[in-house]
Amino acid sequence: MTTIAPPTGGPIVRRPRSKPHTSTRFVITGVAILGVLAVAAIAAPLIAPHGPETVEVSRVLGAPNLQHPFGSDVLGRDVLSRVLYGLRTSLLVSLTAVTVATVIAVPFGLAAGYFGGRVDTAISRTLDMILVLPAMLLAITFIAILGPGSAVAALAIAVIYLPILARVMRSSTLVITRNEYVLGARARGAGHLRVLVHHVAPNALGPVIVQASVLSAFALQLEAGLSFLGLGTQPPTPSLGGMLADGRDVLIQAPWVEIFPGIAIVIAVLSFTLIGEGLRRSFDPRGVAE
Amino acid sequence: MSSRLQFVIRRILLTVPVLFAMSVIVFLIIRLVPGDPVRTMLGFRATAANVIELRHRLGLDQNLLQQYVNWISALLRGDLGSDIVSHAPLSELLAQRLPVTFELTALSMLLAIAIGIPLGIRAATGGRWVKRLTEGFVVFGISIPDFWLGIMLVLIFTGSLALLPPSGYVSFAVDPLQNLRYMTLPVLTLAIGEAAYILRTTRSAVTSVLDRPHMIFLRAKGISQRRMISGHALRNAAPAIVTVIGIQVGVLLGGAIIVETLFALPGVGRLIVTAINQRNYPTVQMGILAIAATFIVVSLITDLLVGWLDPRVADGSAT
Amino acid sequence: MTGVLSFTDVAVRFASTETSTGAPPVPPAVDSVSFTINRGEIFGIVGESGSGKSTLANSVMGLLPRSAQVTGSIRVNDREVIGLDDDQLRSMRGDEVSMIFQDASASLDPTWSVGDQIAETIRAHRTISRRGARAKAISLMTEVGIADAASRYSDAPHRLSGGMRQRIMIAAALANNPQLLIADEPTTALDVTIQAQVLALIGELRKNHGTTVLLITHDLGVVAQVCDRVGVMYGGKLLEVAAAEDLFANPQHAYTRALLAASPSGAPRGSRLPVIPAAWNIEDLQRLRQEGTE
Repeated sequence: MTTIAPPTGGPIVRRPRSKPHTSTRFVITGVAILGVLAVAAIAAPLIAPHGPETVEVSRVLGAPNLQHPFGSDVLGRDVLSRVLYGLRTSLLVSLTAVTVATVIAVPFGLAAGYFGGRVDTAISRTLDMILVLPAMLLAITFIAILGPGSAVAALAIAVIYLPILARVMRSSTLVITRNEYVLGARARGAGHLRVLVHHVAPNALGPVIVQASVLSAFALQLEAGLSFLGLGTQPPTPSLGGMLADGRDVLIQAPWVEIFPGIAIVIAVLSFTLIGEGLRRSFDPRGVAE
Repeated sequence: MSSRLQFVIRRILLTVPVLFAMSVIVFLIIRLVPGDPVRTMLGFRATAANVIELRHRLGLDQNLLQQYVNWISALLRGDLGSDIVSHAPLSELLAQRLPVTFELTALSMLLAIAIGIPLGIRAATGGRWVKRLTEGFVVFGISIPDFWLGIMLVLIFTGSLALLPPSGYVSFAVDPLQNLRYMTLPVLTLAIGEAAYILRTTRSAVTSVLDRPHMIFLRAKGISQRRMISGHALRNAAPAIVTVIGIQVGVLLGGAIIVETLFALPGVGRLIVTAINQRNYPTVQMGILAIAATFIVVSLITDLLVGWLDPRVADGSAT
Repeated sequence: MTGVLSFTDVAVRFASTETSTGAPPVPPAVDSVSFTINRGEIFGIVGESGSGKSTLANSVMGLLPRSAQVTGSIRVNDREVIGLDDDQLRSMRGDEVSMIFQDASASLDPTWSVGDQIAETIRAHRTISRRGARAKAISLMTEVGIADAASRYSDAPHRLSGGMRQRIMIAAALANNPQLLIADEPTTALDVTIQAQVLALIGELRKNHGTTVLLITHDLGVVAQVCDRVGVMYGGKLLEVAAAEDLFANPQHAYTRALLAASPSGAPRGSRLPVIPAAWNIEDLQRLRQEGTE
């Protein structure tokens, strides 16, 4: 007797395996979106149809039309031009913050993970102090001390992400350091610095890059939030968060003042999320990044 | 049992250095202000006498260590100082403001859990379209800044549908129904993004449990699929989910600062933002202290809960 | 002859996930296997890893992944198992047929108490009060040799030793007095003394309850200790079936002889253990099979 078995395996023991090309597609899409946004932001002075601070009294809360595709705001300024300039500020602040944090975090995390012991304790415990406060509260604490402004916002964001990035670098270094080839290099008489720079660091960086792109998405939101509260980028410099704060009271009469800057933030955040999640699958197979 | 008790005591003792670190940060806020904080506070019209008087009142004319000792001992006695603009005692001010922030955070978290955990389980066990839909929800939930989501909710619910008040507040004690009406949009604003995080955590925690060999033994014992998920997979995923919820309470407390400003809710977050703009440092300090202390207590509770949920943690043999 | 478990011409194929045309067909993991296990017998299956012995064991329980295609006939107490739906399989598993695995520390739920994991199996198949299941679980724990079972009931698995955990797994598998116990490498993760204790326990359970046992192992020492009959598997095929003492005394098949020679117990002390050539393939096997029967 021969019977063909129906599928009897458990439906729940399967892991959703993402095909490799899905993650590549994530990264390519993210980079493409980010590229367009970055070019638009950098070229804002060339492509913006109007000056970001040019006031047109006749156009106060004007609806979108051909000259002003995104409409005009409370003071009659062109929303599209302000979104382009605002994007410039937002990207600049958040990317500077994450870059600074990464550049400082990598050597600290590397040292903590590679040397371990007292070096690790000293670095890790000190950085843990920063994580006592939730991110937003810590940013606000910084601004309370140093006063509002985009530079302070960038500094605050960098400080918040420093311990997270250092921790990821530390864990990833721990994993790499245990590998045979590192021990082999040491055994062949290579010095600590040489081993760190040539063998450990290049292989431990993957998860940090993943984490940095994920954090860039958060940094954009944080910067926008701070500017929305009036604690980040100060007027008259256009910022996406600041535009949302300005338009809050006229939301019902002129929703375009609120909708377009918000969409710009969402798209920028989305591009970093796509890059981060895409990279995670290929650069952080062990799930070291948070 | 004794190892459990040791775990609880050790974890409680661990909050002491954390509280100390936090108190130092908060203490330093006013001292680190560039230039003369008292002059900054009082503005350029202040007289020299005013400056000396306030500096003395805040204890800023002593050495730093002495200042900290005085400050912390007053704090421990329950003397939080007073607001330099309204001159109201800060203990009273916080007693009015904290319940609003707590209500907002707690309701948002509860709603996020109610959405995120069931969807996360479905995402881990469901078919392809369930996975795609939940993945879409996660990506958008994470990518949309909560305050912009709040603005869009206002546009929909008060603009187009005219269903809910766009901003304002009525205390729960005065009129519970009205209170919930005012809370609906702020809570939705915070909860939707939060639900995405909890969904993602639940999904990955449950997925990784389903891969473990003990699920195969459960099947070999003839346990039903539903029980394997509700009784075992979720139970094993719980410590990871609770840990993330604890961390996310901090994110919500931070988000509450923005959402309170957006919806004109009289919570601690809005108090802090107003105080920063007024250079009202004592109020800024106590507001930050209150929220940070709340976060530290929540972290303590979630860690104890994780120890209770996962016996290996409390026994100190967890990997 | 009606056995507790019988295989007739059973084959298991795993559908290749990349169904690109022109790819060579994947050889079956289990290929035309037929044998019967009698009531009360301990039947061993030996083979190296990849020989298909675990796939064969899982096919009885319906525990293979969905991509597996099982053909032939597998009968438990004269009922066809292939083709049962999920619900019928569920009610058979843990009741009529139970299974234990290699690694008890991974196979027990770390967040549940060991006692509850036994009681759960009873409640999944019997209508019984919580308290009744608990009492039954405690008596099972005592039976498998756990001292002071009532007080260990609430312990989490990590508080027990490896051998104790294996006993808990056996107790959970035996909770409903199954007629057939499938043991997949039950002693591989344990050290030698505990291995012997667990094997003795399995022998004792067979004696007291008349449980039929299908024992999957790569270890000929284990076979010698407890099995009545043995099947030798290689490359998905069952090469020979013999009474345990006959297999050791007079192996029919060239592969079996190689296997025996390569195991420490079969070789003279101080001599170098021979190595089984890795290049065994189906043609070799067919050749060997002919040689073996000549």
